[in-house]
Amino acid sequence: MHDRGGRPTDAPIDRSEHELADWELLTDAVVGTLGRNGLMNVDELRRGIESMPPDEYEHASYYERWLYAIETILGEKGVLAPGELDRRLGK
Amino acid sequence: MNDHDHEHPHAAITNGDEPAAAARARALEELLLEKGVIRREDVRAGIDWLVSRSPADGARLVARAWADPEFKARLLADARAAALELGLDPGPSPVVVAVENTDAVHHMVVCTLCSCYPRALLGPPPNWYKSLPYRSRAVSDPRGVLTEFGVELGDDVEVRVLDSTADIRYLVIPRRPAGSEGMSEAELASLVTRDSMIGVSAPQSA
Repeated sequence: MHDRGGRPTDAPIDRSEHELADWELLTDAVVGTLGRNGLMNVDELRRGIESMPPDEYEHASYYERWLYAIETILGEKGVLAPGELDRRLGK
Repeated sequence: MNDHDHEHPHAAITNGDEPAAAARARALEELLLEKGVIRREDVRAGIDWLVSRSPADGARLVARAWADPEFKARLLADARAAALELGLDPGPSPVVVAVENTDAVHHMVVCTLCSCYPRALLGPPPNWYKSLPYRSRAVSDPRGVLTEFGVELGDDVEVRVLDSTADIRYLVIPRRPAGSEGMSEAELASLVTRDSMIGVSAPQSA
């Protein structure tokens, strides 16, 4: 799913520019901080992203995939309890 | 499989919009702060670093390489050291490799697996670089993609597609445009676009 090289597609490339939103910058910086603190390295980030169900992966935005990876990896490490983030969000 | 129906750009995420992901990101930061696994000042410093990165740094490297063949040789041999030589931040550990476009060889860069990119020297990658169609088609049809981006190459020019990894990121030194003779380094740098350093655009002098 994540390994896109050479995958046949005629989909157009959308070249419109996108300035990163605050939450995207925040997500990026949280990942960087977790990395410097030894809690999640770039390979773990990628493994987390690549563990997304294919349909979710295709429809998620870039930083939505990062959020999914943070939750997955920190869940595995016991930093986040199952469902903890959903409960915080009142879900 | 027909991917076409699935490869929309991400309509949910637009400037000024507040997607559910934004609330999720903030709640996640809050939880991690409370748990003491991250500190707010470190996150803020990370955001400050990210927004301070721009293609202007990469453009300075290219302009110096155009103006000074000995510097270009050093840049091609060790891009990290060359960046430090100009007082630029080459970023944390991953190796940056510079490659040179010539009359005979054209390099373009992709990350088929995700989005690896020399962020310290070029800023965050553009959305299209991270998009599924670019990641597929840069490999399956590089000349078609180059045409779409406005780069026309003769059949005698070899196209090399470089696939980035978490450990190696590429910076393209584009061809110096005709008509740029006698320009100052600052003028040269102003010709160097972000996309030309990804290898999907060619600098123009006028």
